[in-house]
Amino acid sequence: MIQQPGTSGLIFNEPLLWEKSRKGRCAMSLPKQDVDRSVLDTDLTGDAPNLPELSELDVVRHYTRLSQWNFGVDSGMYPLGSCTMKYNPKTNEVQAARQGFASAHPLSGDEFSQGALKLMYNLEQHLAKITGFHAVTLQPAAGAHGEFCGMLMIHAYHAKNGRQRSKIIIPDTAHGTNPASASLCGYESVNIKSGPNGILEPETIAAIMDEDTAGIMITNPNTLGLFEANIKEIADIVHSKGGLVYGDGANMNAIMGIVKPGEIGIDVLHLNLHKTFSTPHGGGGPGSGPVAVGKTLEPFLPIPKVVKELDTYKFITNRPDTIGRIHTFYGHFGIMVRAYAYILSMGAKGLADASKLAVLNANYIKESLRGTLNLPYDKPCMHECVFNDQFQKEYHITTMDMAKRLLDYGFHPPTVYFPLVVEGAFMVEPTETESKEDIDQFIHAVKSIAQEAKDNPEQLKKAPRLTKVTRMDEVLAARKPCLRG
Amino acid sequence: MRYLPHTQDDIESMLKITGHATVDDLFNCIPDYLKTKQSLDIPESLTEWELNAHMEQLASLNIACKTYKCFIGAGSYDHYIPAIIPYLISRSEFMTAYTPYQPEVSQGTLQGIYEFQTMITELLGMDIATASHYDCGTALAEACLIALRQNKKKSYKIAVSSLVHPSHRQIIQTYIHPAGYEMVEIPYTKEGLTDIAALEKMEGIAGIAIQSPNFFGNIENLKAFKSLSDAKDILFIVSFTEALAYGLLKNPGSLGADLVAGEGQSLGIAKSFGGPGLGLLAGTQKQTRNLPGRLIGKTKDANGADGFVLTLATREQHIRREKASSNICSNNGLNAMTAAMYLSTVGKIGIREIAQQNHDKAEYLKESLMKSGFKSAFSTPFFNEFVMKVPNGYEKKRKALIDKKCIFAGIHLEPYYPELKLHYLFCATETISKSDIDHLAKEVQ
Repeated sequence: MIQQPGTSGLIFNEPLLWEKSRKGRCAMSLPKQDVDRSVLDTDLTGDAPNLPELSELDVVRHYTRLSQWNFGVDSGMYPLGSCTMKYNPKTNEVQAARQGFASAHPLSGDEFSQGALKLMYNLEQHLAKITGFHAVTLQPAAGAHGEFCGMLMIHAYHAKNGRQRSKIIIPDTAHGTNPASASLCGYESVNIKSGPNGILEPETIAAIMDEDTAGIMITNPNTLGLFEANIKEIADIVHSKGGLVYGDGANMNAIMGIVKPGEIGIDVLHLNLHKTFSTPHGGGGPGSGPVAVGKTLEPFLPIPKVVKELDTYKFITNRPDTIGRIHTFYGHFGIMVRAYAYILSMGAKGLADASKLAVLNANYIKESLRGTLNLPYDKPCMHECVFNDQFQKEYHITTMDMAKRLLDYGFHPPTVYFPLVVEGAFMVEPTETESKEDIDQFIHAVKSIAQEAKDNPEQLKKAPRLTKVTRMDEVLAARKPCLRG
Repeated sequence: MRYLPHTQDDIESMLKITGHATVDDLFNCIPDYLKTKQSLDIPESLTEWELNAHMEQLASLNIACKTYKCFIGAGSYDHYIPAIIPYLISRSEFMTAYTPYQPEVSQGTLQGIYEFQTMITELLGMDIATASHYDCGTALAEACLIALRQNKKKSYKIAVSSLVHPSHRQIIQTYIHPAGYEMVEIPYTKEGLTDIAALEKMEGIAGIAIQSPNFFGNIENLKAFKSLSDAKDILFIVSFTEALAYGLLKNPGSLGADLVAGEGQSLGIAKSFGGPGLGLLAGTQKQTRNLPGRLIGKTKDANGADGFVLTLATREQHIRREKASSNICSNNGLNAMTAAMYLSTVGKIGIREIAQQNHDKAEYLKESLMKSGFKSAFSTPFFNEFVMKVPNGYEKKRKALIDKKCIFAGIHLEPYYPELKLHYLFCATETISKSDIDHLAKEVQ
């Protein structure tokens, strides 16, 4: 019997901050007042905001207890498809916290910020090498922000050529951020279906690509975990009509050292440093979404841009074709430090090995769960594999039921109900940092749950049992929004 | 490599299951001509100890040493960060979690961000605050888009004060331009305030964006702008870069803001060369469904217990796709949690005292610089930043102070406002002592 990580233990209740508040407490060591009070006109001043009043231990205990209600990569396997929840190395945190980085003011001036500029320059170079592109901007603050940045460049490119286009092609497997980013640029999304093999067919693109279409947004490997093998032909079709190819690099973790998107017809690609390059997700961010481009789009990169002259580094803003500024300063520098530390720690071989092992782990899970869960696209997968709940239908068990039951076994559920092209999708991305033993435990858990679906479906319907709360009433939350206490 | 757990035996036994002879065979689904011919041209891996040395060497090239004195702000502020904040935020259950899509194992993030939303609405006097944005500039650009989209008169212009942070104005421009919208700048007066008379004359605008305290540090008369936007029947947007100002000043909600976009970096977050900071975005109840990004709401679980979930997702890209209110997905959640920790640490008493000290120090700094021969550019009330006209030759002195003493004294405004030659923007916060100020005043005399 394999022992599963999930078990019950003492969990603390913890009220809302203001329920703990007692008038007169303060957890801050207040600096001494060593200059005279300067009183502003009472027309300008208001009452002090009604923040909770707590002691230092009150605050420490509050957040310690809250943290214990969370599940993180450090707690257990987090096989969330298309999210690349790999281990977040701790040395990266040490690097980002160095005083010279953490205390640096963004307007210190180039000559007093050479360390930061050099780091950004080096990171841009490394990312350009990994992706096979000519230049990189680190400004985008997240993946979707990177997509927007990339689409703005495509928009600016067409404007520069004298004729703006109105549409953009988006496959049905795309992340929702793709069409939303295109909309921000005023492009109408033309949604297309992937072929029966789960990948795009050149004929589909050829039939629809025209001179009013700005280009196509492709995720490769796609969100079914399949490599878009026709990418070059598709790119040629799009290019022949004057369009450009946007690459969503969310799944770059599958192909480092194997495929360089810049070599296969893609014109612009965003990366997620918080996926492929190991920076923590932080419960939803901050991330970082650098964008890599070929020579065609290089003039349109956002400002400021870091450049190297002899042995010094500086920011330049005088770039006539730039899309402009997209972040108040230079992007999420603290995240860049972590990703840079990761790349240096891994080295060329380490990064390529990471992709290989990520793909091995996913294929191992796919083969091990064959027969347990249905494989709607039964092809060799890349770094993630997509199952669904077809086999469990006869027991009236859904993907959601299995996902929730996995929590009791001590695993974070996979991505569910995405991609939209698979009904009841159950999308597993183990990443390379999970060991064979941990993956075997996961496989065993899924098999046990599939057995429970037959023997004791009620148990799944009531799952999870071991978590602090059970299934939440999301309808109530949306119908009567209560967004503040 | 210590992050990769696979032994050779593991790999072999796993390949047996997948039916491949080698790991490279796993990539047979990729046509050969698409595979790269060159291996990655990046350096060989460093040990943890080599990495430490390399990174410390880079960090030391930035002039941000232990004795560092920061008399500059302009959107990034030097404030005390209590030890408990980095300690608590480093808890891996916060740091290594994903977006709380599975609420049963994310109640820590969810309650924490719900509390954040609540404290931000309290700070700003607004009904709703989102779970965060990237930074003030991007939050403000989204606020401008909301105003433009819901304008009844189909106006395509947004009026933005020329005293909104220069970078934020550039971001607005970048964001709204491709959709066919336009930004018009409202000039400023000789008092260093947004020129309301000039705004009054502007026609065909869909909304107004005013920063207060503005880029010069001066406190704007938000009430007057509210009256004007009511008269024009358009949305009134307020922005700010120094969140602690609202520990002391009347909040934008009480002065009638429809939308507020702000920077929360001051709330316990390191400057970190400008990012990641914390974009704050708040609105009136009426704007709830137009707001971009995640919102956390209170609900009950199947057993009737209180809990929290991500809610109103029908605004968002993963549901609405091309029709979403924004493309935002990842936000700056961990920094929102940091800000919540900071706000609960300082509390009602602390935020007032720290805000007041910021103002006191800035007033003292201004007086001291005037005694050293600098001229006050404006006599308008300010919070913790202000503009001074400096004597000729100051730039050289300023650079020497950084080089030799790690003192950053002022930001030259001419690159942003060409008419403001020899004008510098100074800032003082609670981290600056009287003796620091006395020392600076002596140095620049």
